[in-house]
Amino acid sequence: MENARQYFGDGLPYQNLNELKGKLIAIEGTDGVGRSTHIEMLQEWLEVQGYGVVTTGWTRSNLMSKTIEMAKQGNILDRWSFSLLYATDFADRLEHQIIPALRSGFIVLADRYIYTAFARDFVRSGDRSWIRDLFGFAVIPDLVCYLRIDVDTLALRVIETKGMNFWESGMDLRLGGDLYDSFKKYQGLLIEEFDKMAEEFTFEVVDARKPPEEIQEALRLKIEPLLKNGRAQLAPAGTGSPVKESATAPPAS
Amino acid sequence: MTPPLVTFNQPHPFPGKLIIVEGIDGSGKSTQLLLLQKWLTAKGYNVFFTEWNSSELVRETTRRGKKNKSLTPTTFSLLHATDFANRLYYDILPPLKAGMVVLADRYAYTAFARDAVRGVSPAWVRKLYGFAMRPNMAFYFKVPIEVAINRLLGGMRAQFKYYEAGMDMGLSQDMTESFRIFQARILLEYDKIVSEYGLITMDATKEIEEQQNDMRQLVSTALEHYKPKRGTHGKRETVFWRRFAVPKSE
Repeated sequence: MENARQYFGDGLPYQNLNELKGKLIAIEGTDGVGRSTHIEMLQEWLEVQGYGVVTTGWTRSNLMSKTIEMAKQGNILDRWSFSLLYATDFADRLEHQIIPALRSGFIVLADRYIYTAFARDFVRSGDRSWIRDLFGFAVIPDLVCYLRIDVDTLALRVIETKGMNFWESGMDLRLGGDLYDSFKKYQGLLIEEFDKMAEEFTFEVVDARKPPEEIQEALRLKIEPLLKNGRAQLAPAGTGSPVKESATAPPAS
Repeated sequence: MTPPLVTFNQPHPFPGKLIIVEGIDGSGKSTQLLLLQKWLTAKGYNVFFTEWNSSELVRETTRRGKKNKSLTPTTFSLLHATDFANRLYYDILPPLKAGMVVLADRYAYTAFARDAVRGVSPAWVRKLYGFAMRPNMAFYFKVPIEVAINRLLGGMRAQFKYYEAGMDMGLSQDMTESFRIFQARILLEYDKIVSEYGLITMDATKEIEEQQNDMRQLVSTALEHYKPKRGTHGKRETVFWRRFAVPKSE
C-alpha cells in the first residue's frame, strides 16, 4: 500500500492530489553548496534511463521573478513581504509547473523547497509557526535530499567560486561588521536550522564537503529506491512536457 | 529575533487608531470613508489613508498576472497578502506608532471573504494574515446585491472588472450574471466574518449623508479618550515661527 500524497498543512481545497503519479524530489541546502550542479547531473542521469524530468527552482516563476529582483534592489525590509514574495513564487510554480508535471508522471527535481523559506524566515523572526502555516498549501515531496556543509568549508568555497553577495550574507540582518563576518554568522544560523529540520522532517542528509562525484553518487543512491518501488511511471523523455519554458530539452552532450 | 509584536487576536499596543471599512463593490464604503476623512481632518486630526492592493511592489505583478489570466486562487491570495504586508510595514505601522488616525479602505477581511469564495482554505487565509493588527473600528457596509449592481452600472464606472466579477471562476459567460453570483457568495462570507470578528454593520441602502452621520457618531464615541499627537510644527504655522522669533531688542 502506497502512502497517499499529502499537503504540508491546510492544502489547496480545489486540487486533487490523488492523480499525481510522478515523483517530487527536493534538493535542499544553503547558498553555494552546489545544488544546481547536482540537479543538472541528476536530470541527465534520469533522462538517460528514460524518465521524464522537469526541474524547478526558487524564485524562477513567470509571475514573480521580476518582482523579487525588484524587491531585492532594496524596496522591502520586512520579514512578511519577503516570505510572502517567496511563497507567491512557490505557489505559481507549484500550480503551473510542479502539479501538472506530477500529474503527467514526470520526475520533478526542485532546487530548494519550502524548507529554505522556513530557515530564512526563522533566522529573521525567531518564529516558526507563521511561515509553516503560510506554506501549508505545499505538496510534501517524496524525498528531500539535504546537501549538508559546515560554514567554514562553505565560506572558502563561495569565495573561490562566485564570491559573497549581499543577500547570501544576510546583510539585511546586520549580523556582522563586514560581508565575511556576516556571511559566516548568517549561513551558520541557516545551517543550524536546516540541521534541526533534517531531523524533524527526515531529510536524507548528503555530506556536501566531499568531491562532486561522491556527492552525486550518494544522491543517486537515495533516489534509486524511489524509482523502483514507487509510483514513478516511465514518461519517456521528449514526449512533451506540460511546462513550456522548462520542457526537457535534450541534455547537451 | 523577537516574536511578532502584533497579532490579529488582540488589540494593537500603539497610540494611533486604525479604522477600516469593508463591503462588496458598489456598497459605497469608499465614499463613506472619504467623507469620514474630510471630517476628521477638519477636526484637526492627523489622518493617514491607505487602500487595498495599492503598494508599488506588487501592483505591477498583480496587473501582469491579471492580464494574462495566470493567477490561481492561491497566487491571487498571496499577492494580495504581500501587498498588504508591504503597506502594513510602510503605510500603517508608522502612523499608528506616531499616534495618527489610519483609515483603510478594505482590510484583511476582504481576503477572508474573497479568497474563501475563490476556493482557498478559510483557515489558511486567516493564518496567512496572522501578522496583521486588529483594527480599532471595522465597519461593514451591507448592501443587497441588486443595489450594488445598479450603483455600479448606473454610476461612474459603468462596467465590471474581470476579477471583481469573478470571471476567473467560470460562473457565467455574462459579466453581470457572474458578478451577481460571485458577489452573492462574498456576501455570505461577510456575514460569517461579521459575527466572527464583530464588525459594525452599517445599512448601506440608506442615504449617503444619513450613513455618514451614523458613522461619525460612532467614531466620535470611539475617539473620546484619544489624544491626537500634534506634529512637530503643528497645523498653525504661526506656532512654528513664533518659536524662532528674534527677541525684541531693549
